[in-house]
Parts: sequence; C-alpha cells; structure tokens
Amino acid sequence: MPVMEDRLENKTRMDATNVESPPDEKNRSLIKISDFDFFYGDKQALFDINMDIAEKEVTAFIGPSGCGKSTLLRCINRMNDLIEIARIGRGDVRVNGVDIYDPRVDATVLRKRVGMVFQKSNPFPKSIYENVVYGLRIQGISKKSVLDDAVEKCLKGAALWEEVSDRLDTSGLSLSGGQQQRLCIARALAVEPDILLMDEPCSALDPVATAKVEELIHSLKNDYTIVIVTHNMQQAARVSDRTAFFYMGKLIEMNATDQMFMSPNNEQTEAYISGRFG
Amino acid sequence: MKRYFHEELEDVRSNLMLMGEKSVEITNSAMKAMLEGDQVLAEKIIKSDDVINDIETQIDDEVARYISLRAPVARDLRLLFVAVKASHDLERVGDEASSVAKRTIKILTEGPIGPSLGQVPKMCELAVSMLKEALQSFIQEDENIAYSIIKRDKEVDSLNRENFSQFVELMKQDPSTVATCTEMVFVSKSFERIADHAKNIAEEVYYLLTSQSLKEVIRAEKQGR
Ligand SMILES: Nc1ncnc2c1ncn2[C@@H]1O[C@H](COP(=O)(O)OP(=O)(O)OP(=O)(O)O)[C@@H](O)[C@H]1O
Ligand SMILES: [Mg+2]
Repeated sequence: MPVMEDRLENKTRMDATNVESPPDEKNRSLIKISDFDFFYGDKQALFDINMDIAEKEVTAFIGPSGCGKSTLLRCINRMNDLIEIARIGRGDVRVNGVDIYDPRVDATVLRKRVGMVFQKSNPFPKSIYENVVYGLRIQGISKKSVLDDAVEKCLKGAALWEEVSDRLDTSGLSLSGGQQQRLCIARALAVEPDILLMDEPCSALDPVATAKVEELIHSLKNDYTIVIVTHNMQQAARVSDRTAFFYMGKLIEMNATDQMFMSPNNEQTEAYISGRFG
Repeated sequence: MKRYFHEELEDVRSNLMLMGEKSVEITNSAMKAMLEGDQVLAEKIIKSDDVINDIETQIDDEVARYISLRAPVARDLRLLFVAVKASHDLERVGDEASSVAKRTIKILTEGPIGPSLGQVPKMCELAVSMLKEALQSFIQEDENIAYSIIKRDKEVDSLNRENFSQFVELMKQDPSTVATCTEMVFVSKSFERIADHAKNIAEEVYYLLTSQSLKEVIRAEKQGR
C-alpha cells in the first residue's frame, strides 16, 4: 500500500485524525506505544506499555536484565516478526501516526525508516566501503558517485571518516571494536532513517570508544530520533533527554532524564538508579 | 577529549565569577552609602542582595544536576564542591553588605555619620582587595595568590579590635553617640566577616588547584620553622 508507506516516510500530510500534535512542533511525539501487551508463546514479556517517544530526542531504556527493554525496542521496527513464537496481545505501536503492525505496512520499508544498531557490532566481512553502502545496494542504487557521496557523508556522520578515509577498501573486520561499532552506525545512517534504535551499543567498548559513541549520539540527535537501551546508568544520564525505567515487563516510570536521576517519582526507580535494588 | 557536557562546568564557573563580581560591587556600595550618607543607595543594596541569592541557588542546582548526571571525578568534582562552598561564602558576603546598608539607614535617622567611622573604610578596602584576589586566583588558577591572601586576614582582625576599643572609648566620652557607635561595632564586625569569607574562598580555591588543605600547608610550614 503506497499510501501507508508514504505516511510512514512522512511524504504526504497525515490525515488529521492520525496527527497527535502539529507536525512542525519540536519534540512532538514520533513514536506512540499504547496499551501494549507482548508475548513469547505463553509467557508475557510486556504488560500494558504506554509511552510517547519525542522526535529528535534521545530516549534511554533502563532496567534490570530480562525486564523487556530489548523486546520493546525490537517491537518498534518489527524485529520480533523474525521470532516464531512472538506475538502481540493487545495495543499498538505507531510511528508517525501509522500503526506499524497494520498488515498493509511493509516491514522492510518500516526498517528503512527505523534503523537498528546492535549490542555487538556486526560488520559484514566486506570492505569498509561496502559495509556502508550495503543498504543502498539492496535498494538497487549502483551509481558510483551516489555511493561515494553516501560513504563520505555517513562515515563523517558516524565520526569515523578521519580514521578510515585512506583505507576504505580494507575489511570492516580489521577495525577496532569502537570503530566497528561506529561503522555499523554509519551503515544504519546510509539508508537515511528517521529513527535509530540502539541496543547496548557500547557494552563491548572501552571508555574512550564509549565516549566517542556517546559524542556521536549527542550530535546525531539534531537529525534523528534515538532510542537507546543501556545497562550503564551513567550513560543513560549522560546521553539521554528522557529515560524510561522498566521492571518485569512493565514501564515503571518515564521522565525527563534530569528529573529521573535527581528526584524520580517512583520508589522502585529510585532504588534501581541508586543501586539499592533487589 | 572534550565532552559536550563539559560546557556545563563552564556555566558553573562563570556563574561563580558573576557572583564574585556582584559581591565585590555590593561591598563597595555598602561602604559608599555609609561614607556619603546615601540612604537611596543603601536601600538599593538591600534589594540587590536577592540577585546574589538567586545566583547561589542557580549554582546549587547546576552542581546537583552535574553530579547526578555526569559522574564527575577528580578536578571536575573538586570544582563542584568548591563552587558550592564558595558560592555560600559569597552569599554571606552579600548578607553582610546588606546588613551594613541596614545599619547605615538606622544611623542616618540619628543624624550624619560624622567622625565615628574608625578604621572601617580601611577594613572595607582590605576586605574587598582580598575578595578580588580570591576570585583572581580562581580565574587565573593561581594558588600563590590564594596563599598570599591568608596573612592579610590577620590585619583585618586587628583593625576590627582597634575599632572596638575606639568605639567603646567614644561612647564613654560622649554617651549621646551610644546608638551610633553600637551600630558601628556591628558594621566593623561585618567587614571583618567579609574578609573571613574571602579567606575561606582562597582556601577553597587552593584546594581546587592543589587538592591540599591550605590550613594544613600553613601549619606544616610553621612546624618546619
Ligand atoms: N526470543 C525469545 N524467546 C523467548 N523468550 C524471550 C525471547 N527474547 C526474550 N525473551 C524473554 O523476554 C523477557 C524480556 O527479555 P529482553 O531480552 O527483552 O530483556 P532485556 O531487558 O533486554 O534484558 P537484558 O538487559 O538482559 O538484555 C525475558 O524474560 C526473556 O527471557
Ligand atoms: Mg537486552
């Protein structure tokens, strides 16, 4: 359904009933999750999630292991479609007003709008250049000048250009862990998404590489809406504008990051962020 | 690597400098209002104390936020501690200056201030120069300036004692000056306190720059001698 896809890509004006707030307003809600229940087989992983994720902000998901952060993140670009037993019990996820689980939405188109960067950097065993243009080639783009431009732009965007511009033909696997992670971010940027989902992007990195990725996230938020899952509370505090705390599949509190770390509303949040949990 | 949030430390620094400038200004004005018997200026000073209080609150908020969100360590953390302590000292400087202004207004209702100023103008001059230098040591990151301030505090203390005897003497000679001289005893004490705060700030800056306690350093020097 082209109309569906255009709306997802924000090409046409959305019909008034679907607009949550005026499109030009800053920090309008771009992702809206409502009354959302999610299951793996019989086991419920998410309970009645309601949240708004603002455009061009960084939103951090925190919470103890197994609380459902990655599950929810994957629901935003339908990565869970790939898991056989996964199913939605109730509710919906809307991106730009479009119900992304509507059967008329093409998941490939969705994932072009909503890119993902994984915990373990996973460059393909190809050159740095080919890693970046991978998504573009899939789209059938083969004109060299277009690809060249994209490589430079995205590697610059991912703060990696200066380190690799003289060796674009070498394998992506020859890079350091932190460089590989930034390469994966460059690859995600190449298809020009609106939203970047990052699942623990720094968990395998040393403090310097982590700092570089954090700086990158900070600069990317001018152009992208970013949702990041992190186990590192200080990282959430440093990079995010809003923080969501999950516990046992439930969203316990979502708030401005300042507020969340200085005086959270919920006792469980307070216990978790101050290390008094469990 | 400079991180994007390091700018927030610069905000704390510049707020502290702003607060320092305001404190120097308000102390000088308090003296001026007294010397010139200027009631309008005295009233202005009492109001402008709020400005200083507001900056202190702002610094406290910025520091609490930075500590909560940025996990500062080492010198960054010392800077934040010093900002909280020094801004508290500066806030007290503002309080003392505005107390001098209040007493000026009281004295003026009794009549012109006249000859009973004692060493107060000199104390003010010293206290202000100490304050300025404490701030300078912070801005220029020069612990030697901070070190040099400490000795001058003694001078201010002795001027305060001198004032006390002089005011008591005046009261004995001319009981009609009792009200004014009593106020002046407190005014003198206020300038002595301002110098104390300047000394505290110098100690705080010294700690920021060297991570050593200036009191300890001076004690060790004395024992060494
Ligand atoms: N593919 C799967 N099949 C079955 N159950 C799953 C699957 N993935 C996750 N789960 C279960 O769903 C719950 C939430 O898991 P999820 O991976 O979302 O947690 P998380 O918050 O990301 O944890 P971590 O911090 O350890 O990454 C867990 O109980 C987990 O065992
Ligand atoms: Mg996870």
